[in-house]
This record gives sequence, structure tokens and C-alpha cells, in this order.
Amino acid sequence: MVSRFFVFLLIAGVGAIFAALLAGYVPDHELNLTARYYAENTVRDTGAANIVAAIVVTYRGLDTLGEVTVLFLTAAIVGLVLAGSQHQGTHRREVPVSGELLVTGARLLVPLILLLGVYVFVNGHLTPGGGFQGGAILASAILLLLLADPVREFSHRLISAIESTSGLIFVGIGGLGILYAGGFLDNRILPLGTLGELFSAGAIPVIYSFIGLKVGAEFSSMLVDLSETEEP
Amino acid sequence: MEYIALATGFILILIGLFGALTNRNILRMIVSFTVADTGVNLVIIAVGYMRGRAAPIIDAAVAAADTVARVIDPVPQALVLTAIVIGVGVTALMLAYAYKLYEKKHTLDISKFTELKW
Repeated sequence: MVSRFFVFLLIAGVGAIFAALLAGYVPDHELNLTARYYAENTVRDTGAANIVAAIVVTYRGLDTLGEVTVLFLTAAIVGLVLAGSQHQGTHRREVPVSGELLVTGARLLVPLILLLGVYVFVNGHLTPGGGFQGGAILASAILLLLLADPVREFSHRLISAIESTSGLIFVGIGGLGILYAGGFLDNRILPLGTLGELFSAGAIPVIYSFIGLKVGAEFSSMLVDLSETEEP
Repeated sequence: MEYIALATGFILILIGLFGALTNRNILRMIVSFTVADTGVNLVIIAVGYMRGRAAPIIDAAVAAADTVARVIDPVPQALVLTAIVIGVGVTALMLAYAYKLYEKKHTLDISKFTELKW
């Protein structure tokens, strides 16, 4: 009971801080210095229509590389932590039947979801979307397959091959930037093209596609690891 | 509009914090953390919003020439993109650890785990 009282006290305190922040908040009417730089120079520097994609892939591409690394570490640790609890292929656990609707629906929807995911990350430099969103959509197709058939076996080797190949290509394209353009992860190794076309913005669509594949493979490996874990 | 989104974000953070502190079940605590996570993302996005402007994508609605006067701040959106992805990773790790704890003690009640208590 006392601890409940302290929790209420803490929530009231944090709430008071938030209320003060909210009361003192004045919305900006002009872009600040950083945002203004990105808004002014994105088209000239990168040729990308989506300014967020230009920031994520080119201006702050090194941070994205770090983020993808964090995601890889997470997937690896989830696999490591759950490794002792996974069933060893031979004996299969008993699961209830998924139902006709889910099985047939999955068969219809999985190719469409994969197509949507690829569309989202290939058009990342033009439309809202990009590698991370597209990768998450790819992984949701794997989730649907797992829901329809929980004992389905996925090839860990294939998932990690896709994951490491796209990671290597991502770093390799970044390295080409040092040789042929202004620096690491510079997208001007390919022609910038016309604004708004699919083949434009230099290397951004290429890099974002491989980020999409990598993120999709990492999320899928997390899902498969969690699903293959046995009841203790 | 900007105040509604900001206030919603703050309220979600408070709900998440309250849930994480009062619930005894580890799974419920993880759900509370994801609610607070969503609140933080909403606050960051709301700070970047500006009335009457478009999303930071150059197309028919926003000409390349007057981008500075027409788009909202793209930096918070890039930050939240990162935050969401890291949030997914953190949630997956928490779930994996929760599973390991359950395997050890066959319970998810946080008050049964007393090894680190002092």
C-alpha cells in the first residue's frame, strides 16, 4: 500500500513536470537552423524527394549503420538467449489446427505483403517509407506464415545469409563513396537523375533496399527464434 | 492540434510509467514500457509539427524551390524512425529475458525474483 502511494507521488511529480513543459511550449513558426539546411540542400545534394530518407541514408548514414548494427546485435542476443530452449527438429510440438480461413488467407496474402514491403523500400526516396518500414512489412509476412503454421521450419542459414550479405553490401557501397564521391556513404557514386523518378537520388534507393532486406531478415530471425522456443 | 498530440504523448508516457511500476506481471510491465515508448515517439513527432505545413517530401504539393517555407521539421521524424526500430529490438530482448526468467522459476511475478533485492 505504501509503495502504491509512492508510485502515485512519482506519477504526480512527473505529470507536473510534463504539464509545465506543455504550458511553456511554443510551436515553431520557422524551421530551425539544422532543418533549414536539410530543407534547402537535400535536392541539390542528394536528389531525393523524401527529406527524411536523405537524412537517414546520406546525411546521417553513419548513424543508420550503427542502428542496423544495434538491430543485428539484438537479433543475435535473442537467438543466443533462447538457444538452449529451442526444439531440435525431430520431435514436433502439438499445436491446435490454425483453421481454413487463416491458412488460405495466408496463402493469398503473403506474396502481396512481400510485394508491398519491396515497393515500400524501393520507393523510400520518393514516398513516405523506406528500408526500416519495408523490412518490418516483410517480417510481417513471415509472422503471418508462422501464425498459419506454427511448426513451419524456416531456414536459419538462408535468413542469416540474406542478413549478412545485405549488411556487407551496405558497408561496401559506403566504402565506394570514399573512392568515387565525397566520403563514406556518399550517394553520388551513381547519377542523381531527375527528381521524383524511381532511378534517381544516386545510391539512396540501392542502400535503402539492402537496409530493407537486412531489417526484414533480422526481424524474421527474431520472430522465428521466439516461435521455435519450446514450453519449459 | 500540436497541443493535443503533445498532451497525448505525455499522458501515454505517464500511463506506461504507472503500469510498469504497479503491475507485478513481467509481461504486463513489458507492455507498459512499449506504451511509454509510443508516448515518447509521439512527443518528439509533435515537437516537429508546424501548423499549415506539409510532410517533408517534395512532390506536387511542395515545390522544390520553396521547401523551406512549406515543410515541417524532418529531423524529429528521422529520430523517431530510429527510436521505433530500437524500441522493437528492446521489446524483443525483454521478451526473450522474460521467457528465460519464466523457464527458471515457472512464474512471471516480479515479487518472486528476490536475488537482486537488498
